[in-house]
Amino acid sequence: MGVRTWIQDWPVYRQLTGSDPLGRGAATTSATTREQRPRTVTADRVVKSVCPYCAVGCAQNVYVKDDRVVQIEGDPDSPVSRGRLCPKGSASLQLTTGESRRHEVLYRRPYGTDWERLDLDTALDMVVERVIRTRREGWQWEKDGVGVNRSLGIASLGGATLDNEENYLIKKLWTGLGVIQVENQARVCHSSTVAGLGTSFGRGGATTFLQDLQNADCIVIEGSNFAEAHPVGFQWVMEAKARGAKVIHVDPRFSRTSALADLYVPIRAGTDIAFLGGIINHVLTGGHDFRDYVLEYTNAATLVGEEFEDTEDLAGIFSGLDPETGHYDISTWAYRGAEVQAPQGAPDELYEERTRGASVSTAAYSESHGSGGAPASARVPADRTLRHPRCVYQILKRHFSRYTPEMVERTCGIPRDTFLEVCRALVENSGPDRTSEFVYAVGWTQHTVGAQYIRTASILQLLLGNIGRPGGGIQALRGHASIQGSSDIPTLFNVLPGYIPMPHAHAHEDLDTFIEAIKTEKGFWGEMRSYVVSLLKAYFGDAAHAGNDYCFGHLPRLTGSHSTYHTVKEMLDGVCKGYFLMGENPAVGSANTKMQRLGMANLDWLVVRDFSLIESATWWRDGPEIETGELRIEDIATEVFFFPAAAHTEKSGSFTNTNRMLQWHFAAKEPDGEARSDLWFMYHLGRRIKERLKDSTDPMDRAVQDLAWSYPTEGPLDEPSAEAVLAEINGRDAKGGPLSAYTQLKDDGSTSCGCWIYCGVYADGVNQAARRTPHTEQDWIAAEWAWAWPANRRILYNRASADPHGRPWSERKALVWWDEERQRWTGHDIPDFIPDRAPSYRPPEDAQGPDALSGVDPFIMQADGKGWLYAPAGLVDGPMPTHYEPQDSPVRNPLYPEQQRNPVREVIPHEHNAFHPSGGEPGSEVFPYMITTYRLTEHFTAGGMSRWTPYLAELQPEFFCEVSPELAGERRLEHTGWATLISARGVIEARVLVTERMSPIRAGGRTVHQIGLPYHWGPNGYTRGDAANELSAIALDPNVHIQEVKALSADIRPGRRPRGPQLTALLEDYRRRAGITPRTGTEVRG
Amino acid sequence: MTGTSKRSSLIGRNLLAGAEPDVAGDAGHEDHPPRVGFFTDTSVCIGCKACEVACKEWNAVPEDGLDFTGMSFDNTQGLGASTWRHVAFIEQNKPLGRAETGIDHGDVDVLALAAQGSGTPVGEAAITPTSPAPPSDGGQHGLRWLMSSDVCKHCTHAACLDVCPTGALFRTEFGTVVVQDDVCNGCGYCVPACPYGVIDVRPEDGGAHKCTLCYDRLGAGQEPACAKACPTESIQFGPLDELRERAAARVEELHRIGVEDARLYGHDPEDGVGGDGAFFLLLDEPEVYGLPPDPVVTTRDLPSMWRHAGAAALTLLGGVAAVFAAQAGASGRPTGRRRR
Repeated sequence: MGVRTWIQDWPVYRQLTGSDPLGRGAATTSATTREQRPRTVTADRVVKSVCPYCAVGCAQNVYVKDDRVVQIEGDPDSPVSRGRLCPKGSASLQLTTGESRRHEVLYRRPYGTDWERLDLDTALDMVVERVIRTRREGWQWEKDGVGVNRSLGIASLGGATLDNEENYLIKKLWTGLGVIQVENQARVCHSSTVAGLGTSFGRGGATTFLQDLQNADCIVIEGSNFAEAHPVGFQWVMEAKARGAKVIHVDPRFSRTSALADLYVPIRAGTDIAFLGGIINHVLTGGHDFRDYVLEYTNAATLVGEEFEDTEDLAGIFSGLDPETGHYDISTWAYRGAEVQAPQGAPDELYEERTRGASVSTAAYSESHGSGGAPASARVPADRTLRHPRCVYQILKRHFSRYTPEMVERTCGIPRDTFLEVCRALVENSGPDRTSEFVYAVGWTQHTVGAQYIRTASILQLLLGNIGRPGGGIQALRGHASIQGSSDIPTLFNVLPGYIPMPHAHAHEDLDTFIEAIKTEKGFWGEMRSYVVSLLKAYFGDAAHAGNDYCFGHLPRLTGSHSTYHTVKEMLDGVCKGYFLMGENPAVGSANTKMQRLGMANLDWLVVRDFSLIESATWWRDGPEIETGELRIEDIATEVFFFPAAAHTEKSGSFTNTNRMLQWHFAAKEPDGEARSDLWFMYHLGRRIKERLKDSTDPMDRAVQDLAWSYPTEGPLDEPSAEAVLAEINGRDAKGGPLSAYTQLKDDGSTSCGCWIYCGVYADGVNQAARRTPHTEQDWIAAEWAWAWPANRRILYNRASADPHGRPWSERKALVWWDEERQRWTGHDIPDFIPDRAPSYRPPEDAQGPDALSGVDPFIMQADGKGWLYAPAGLVDGPMPTHYEPQDSPVRNPLYPEQQRNPVREVIPHEHNAFHPSGGEPGSEVFPYMITTYRLTEHFTAGGMSRWTPYLAELQPEFFCEVSPELAGERRLEHTGWATLISARGVIEARVLVTERMSPIRAGGRTVHQIGLPYHWGPNGYTRGDAANELSAIALDPNVHIQEVKALSADIRPGRRPRGPQLTALLEDYRRRAGITPRTGTEVRG
Repeated sequence: MTGTSKRSSLIGRNLLAGAEPDVAGDAGHEDHPPRVGFFTDTSVCIGCKACEVACKEWNAVPEDGLDFTGMSFDNTQGLGASTWRHVAFIEQNKPLGRAETGIDHGDVDVLALAAQGSGTPVGEAAITPTSPAPPSDGGQHGLRWLMSSDVCKHCTHAACLDVCPTGALFRTEFGTVVVQDDVCNGCGYCVPACPYGVIDVRPEDGGAHKCTLCYDRLGAGQEPACAKACPTESIQFGPLDELRERAAARVEELHRIGVEDARLYGHDPEDGVGGDGAFFLLLDEPEVYGLPPDPVVTTRDLPSMWRHAGAAALTLLGGVAAVFAAQAGASGRPTGRRRR
């Protein structure tokens, strides 16, 4: 720098000679200031990505400079997020590049007291050796005399945070190895959604998409903390409000969602069926149903068989209950004169006469209705006047007649006026000109009657004519980036990709009998054979051919439930010995975390893949049982492998968002150190296993030898090509070319397809999930952005947006309609219907499959083409919902005092899974308060992706409980002080937040105090605390094995919890005072 | 205000208080872009704190402590050297301004509206803010949960900048106020000067820090990180003139639907700081949100203070001079009296 320049750059010189004589602006800028440029501009490249947190699926731009990610922010082109991000999405730079991430493999040897280092290659080889050994040791060719060819020695958990391609390889490899205990977060979050929506409409996904909320005239958010858990999706509620829509929030807590609602309705936790049932009663008794819609598009007119008896006849239970086994014989619920195909909800069992056994109904068959409703006869008598006492409409009316406003008030604690205001809002905002939408999340799903919660809303929305129409529908908000994907391409025990049920164990079952059992005679589920054969071709490639039943015999067989909670039992029983955790943290996030940890402590080996050392990886050294002395480090034999995982910015793949939309994210860089994608891990694990077993002559190795496992790898890390996996999922024709729709699938082995409902995502060899046409360049449907299943439709069942003649119900609510001239369905969205099937078409008597759908059957995946007000099959706990109290409840069931709980709920009795006396029983006063768990905006699920992130941790730095001033007074709890919370399962402590947002509720003839507990915390991480799930029990919905954590009784007292053995003593004392025995709370009747 | 090169003379004007139509121009920026700022509409804030995190991520502001405060969901507590956006949470047992909802819009073609793309024009928005629940049986009245994202106001008359002895604080061409880290010596004069208590010194690096309105991003035509992230457009960024118009329309709309409490804060160019570059729509008194009701630039009286000080100095000087003059006269020309 010359002297002259130096002088001229001197601020005083500039001040005296320039335009800024006061020296407050231009003259004082330093060279650094003048030269600074944002790193969004100096970046070498911008990589398109998707936020890895919740399932809204906000698009991200990842800025990369010198192979480092320097910034992540929203992509304004996205029609869903419009460039916005919530605090978690905004923190994803710190999540992915922060110091809390691990990059080296760790190993804890049996009885070891500390971690050791292992190199990746050695560790992977050790895991390969253990998988082969444990699988062999736990191998079962038969169980009870029928073939099962499987191993119960190994289990895998996790997948909802992973890519579809990763889930595909996980399920494929384990299935090839005969491992059936494959599960993910979908089990504990939304499995009841699949059962509830699937049996009602034919598909288990949300019926609409987020942007469509703006078209609603009324939005009821219930069982969801929308604004907090899905903040960016909530913009569409605000958009609807801006257009004058009424927003109602029904919740036990006044949350940030309530703060933005027009009407907040406080409700007693666990009573939503009573509330919604009350609205159904209001609609039916007042004649407010949308009659034309109900008559044509639902099964309202169908006649039900004489064997069916209602809860009104049997004091709170339906016909068919076996009080000994605690199971219903659901054949008593069938349509008149129709033999329902699925006597126990599992049609695959039809070939055996042993269908009355427990194993069948416990197999979560209901979840296979994710894409295809329950089987039932398509041709049954009906009464279109809706007056016949056995028609569904009349049966429904009678069933809900008890749900009066007074009953709602008594059960839910909702004042009559408030209740009627909600009724009015819904009725006024439904009909040809108007639509209302329901939004829910895990506040509905996580109950012992979870699937029935969703059924209640489905019935109501069908009666109001709100399904398949703009601004209507039921929005299921899912909470992991690809939890919809991990249901569609399931890492779930009971289904294969595309909701094809996993086969059950039968003698002599072959492919034909399996297909015969699960297909329906009407609708697209009728093409089942094409879907199954194409999947088997994708799994086993050339080895699968007509001569060997396409390797159908290779598939391992189920015998009952192998859900994650039943797997924990298998661990405790010493049956399951090896466990993979793929981005899931059950030691914090699953119900009864003690059972989870004790199960893991009984394993031979455990593999944890995550970003940081989560609680599920370290329980052996610092878990709560170590603190109390129940476990000693030196006694724990479990070998633990920790593999660092790659972040979403370090791998390519697709996430399926909450509205079935697959969005591709591209790798921005290679993962550092020994971090690897789960695609890499599964591919190389499978490759090495296959290599080791390639010369084996043992018949148990045949399936894995036949498994098609050839994927191109790329880059310095030999990363398998995610796009190649996507292409396999999409499917190929006989020449290997990409398919473009599932209607092209063949049942003769000439096509292959890894997931039939995803067929089309790679149409024309183009990655349709990677499409990113900005929303500003297309209409509000934004069909050119990414790709949604099925067939890129955004609003499901949209045939119902038109009247029976194919005309829109109103111009204001037009979506798709019949174009008489072109003889095709057309409109804003892609019609969810056979494109050229005229509204007037009526199928011949003998038509099968899609050919049997008439022009007025909008629910094309249903066995009868109709929305189900009454479910003659598909669910195991009732054809219609009934309010039952939660498993642990201080209140006696006000609706049916004779029946406290869901009679067929599933409980897993165990000394560490004790239940509470309920509803005024002696001892129930020991646990007098209700707890409901929930999410905060600032944290994520079990904390693995937020508690280690300083920018998020500082916003909600401690575990707390929310209590009302009244409860604080009653129990002398001090604001910001400590409270101890106790259930029969555990004791935890939390800081106290006294707030009027929590208010006591008058219900069941008493005052009920409710306590809010965010469930994000655990003892590890940057912000630490006790886990709320120490308190929860394994009490499950019998349809899908989801746990009840949204309503449970407990006690609360001031002060911190005891440490060490004193803690177990306190727990013991509570159990003794409550008089808890192994039988407590396990009764079927009463 | 559009770019201007013609500036009124600085001479004879009070540049520390009062109306100031061309704040960037008067700071020596020729051909400058229009003044920009934030309009934070708290009636649509969902309290998600995306603004806080997006700000910290972009500006690499350090995490500053795990304090469970018990102040509702506000664990951030206030603006400071390491907190440039702060979301306040106020729980109120206050039934007021219940908005008229469910407005009949049967004649509105929602699909046509949707076809317009994102964003409902303010004029057509009937959006209702945080509203109270109906009274419960126990007579408990409506609950409001106010949320509001606070930020540096980028005052028209910024005392922090006026008192800065090093020139670290400066007025940018966008009319915003920014600290230059490489110039700041951490003297801390700016800290007490701020009428809002925004700017502070960070002990770890000894420098004063506050919101820059993402000066680096503005230079590249990008919006500030907080406004970009905000899921509900509670934080709006843009030319100040436009924002003021938008805000006025919004208040009018809220009044029309019955939210009488809605009011603007910091929008008035005639106020004690000459109007804020970042102003707010509030649903209650500013004090409720922890904002000063009537902030005044702490250097407002500087000119008159200087004038008075100058006058005093002159008087003193005059007095002294007179004394000397008198003495000189006395020694040179003894008075008769003295002689007497």
